[in-house]
Amino acid sequence: MTNNKTVLILGATSDIGIAIAKKFASAKYDVQLAARDATQIQALKSDIEIRYEVACSTFSFDALQYASHAAFFEGLTPKPDITVCIFGVMYDEDDALNDFALAERMINTNYTGAVSILNIAAKYYMAQKQGAIIGISSVAGDRGRASKLIYGSSKAAFTAYLDGLRNKCFKDGVHVMTVKPGFVNTKMTEHMPLPKALTAEPALLADVLYKAFTKKKNTVYIKWMWRYIMLIIKNIPEFQFKKMKL
Amino acid sequence: MKKLLFNFGKYPVIEAEETTFVFQNQLNDLVTGEPVFIARGSGLCYGDSALSQTTISTLKYDKILSFDTQQGIFECQSGITLEQVLTVIVPKGWFLPVTPGTKLITIGGAVASNVHGKNHKTHGSFSRHIVEMDVLLASDGLLTCSHDTYPDLFEATCGGMGLTGVITRVKFRLKKIETSFIRQKQIKAKNFDELISLFEEYRDSTYIVVWIDCLKKGKHFGRSILTVAEHAILDDLNDEHRKNPLQLPGNKKLTVPPIMPWWVINTFSVKAFNFLFYAKNYAKEISKVILYDPFFYTLDAINHWNRIYGNKGFVQYQFVLPLEATDGLAEILRSISDKGMGSFLTVLKVLGKQESMISFAREGYTLAIDFPIRKGVFEFLNELDEILLKHGGRIYLTKDARMKPEMLKNYPELEKFKSIIKKYDPEGKIRSIQSDRLQLTPISNE
Repeated sequence: MTNNKTVLILGATSDIGIAIAKKFASAKYDVQLAARDATQIQALKSDIEIRYEVACSTFSFDALQYASHAAFFEGLTPKPDITVCIFGVMYDEDDALNDFALAERMINTNYTGAVSILNIAAKYYMAQKQGAIIGISSVAGDRGRASKLIYGSSKAAFTAYLDGLRNKCFKDGVHVMTVKPGFVNTKMTEHMPLPKALTAEPALLADVLYKAFTKKKNTVYIKWMWRYIMLIIKNIPEFQFKKMKL
Repeated sequence: MKKLLFNFGKYPVIEAEETTFVFQNQLNDLVTGEPVFIARGSGLCYGDSALSQTTISTLKYDKILSFDTQQGIFECQSGITLEQVLTVIVPKGWFLPVTPGTKLITIGGAVASNVHGKNHKTHGSFSRHIVEMDVLLASDGLLTCSHDTYPDLFEATCGGMGLTGVITRVKFRLKKIETSFIRQKQIKAKNFDELISLFEEYRDSTYIVVWIDCLKKGKHFGRSILTVAEHAILDDLNDEHRKNPLQLPGNKKLTVPPIMPWWVINTFSVKAFNFLFYAKNYAKEISKVILYDPFFYTLDAINHWNRIYGNKGFVQYQFVLPLEATDGLAEILRSISDKGMGSFLTVLKVLGKQESMISFAREGYTLAIDFPIRKGVFEFLNELDEILLKHGGRIYLTKDARMKPEMLKNYPELEKFKSIIKKYDPEGKIRSIQSDRLQLTPISNE
């Protein structure tokens, strides 16, 4: 056991999850990695232990197995000081429109599963009168668009949840931070041609996130342009917006 | 999604797919799913070795798996860079047993090129220090190989340019150091004969490298600076350095702007650079103790060093000639100075005995010269090839972008290498632009 603080990474197999785990480890946090398939994160565990000389443990966690979440959180020792919720899926929107099972899976992973586990963490933190939650939402949740029909709405719900949670937890000294990445260069976006100036590397995202967290920011965009791009998008009048291809 | 890909020399440039993987199962899917591919690390070979219609980037497969700080044994996934490895091992008193002149390459690349360093005579090439490694075959089988298990696969993978399979995990031995400093001595040589005798005089040094002014003619032909070095011990350090003897170098870097006109490099500028480089060492001999970075990784301090040659790119001509073929070496140097075609830094090293099937290194002198791509360069290099062949020399595949298949004939185990590739990749799925050009892989029927 070390005297380090501990961070829990929910969704440690994604490029963003890996980058955030490494960032906190480099700042001397002990790390708890959680992923559906815990065998996949063994290499990351050894990597973090050797590179950063902090403690690292792995857990299996399935966002869609809501009933297992309480036992999962119960099983964490020590309890994390910070819970970072990163997991999420993005399927093809046409496929999701034609196959409700896919749409449902996207909604349940990005929203329902996140609410399930974060409710548990938040209740614990409120009782302790300390702790922090970081949720990775998306700029896609800022306004509904045809090209991100289900994904965007699931992230909109998650953003609203995090806003509400921040409000609820404030009086107990629990900080909730919402992170809204725009384009990030990950496996998820590898096949898409992304504009370079607007695209962040996962390591940059992790740096910005960590810095914002130390400053207790509420909502943070990765790459400052996104705040203004989304401001414009949010302010286009609906009668005009509905005719646009976005 | 196709994108433009090229390696360090920026020649050739091709349009190709580049996919990544983080987990073994994702790699398995890629390897079985793609009809043709080559693995790619940092893309710092110079020519076309890491180019194919589909490249599989190992850069996200970069985890450290174990590090025995007592025995100095390091185990990692193949996409980690030497720089990242050094950051972890140096503070614990260990160093890479062998390192090339850049720390930005991956461990997988170091194995595939079987890189050598300034200590080849004493330490051999990188693969001499491998305990074992995993290679994922094109048919989706993962094999652990070493000198004892699947030795043919092991031999052909060391220096095999990624053609046997995707190197995924490497376990290798490190070298113990007392400090992260280097004690170096630089000695000027007036001409070629003096240089060769200095080589003799300093033959027992761990690290030896020579910068040679290849544009000098007449009595100054072969004017050069010989640098010999050892890892510094605590007693070599001043009080300031002794407080933190295993410190890591900082990362101050310069950047070459993206647009460097091609005419910046001409005979005049190279001559001026070489003059200054030689003249800055005013004394015949200079000794000093410096951090490992400027000694091993001089050019890494300049981001995009390769831009200096302009956007047409360049080729590096690195060859090795047997020790007894000093005539051949002199003949090549003369051809270069006569043509006035040369580069800033021309580096000469001595190599020890060859230790694996297809690796570049063999006992002899190796010289590396950059040639910006311009009219007549390829014809000129063909002329140099003739001299090389005549004297039993050969070219480093990692630097090559243009040679003909006949140039491989001084690799004595070439046919054996080809047959091992065929054994482990019978469908010929793994191929690069280079392996096709050099007919290392079966002729494609596309």
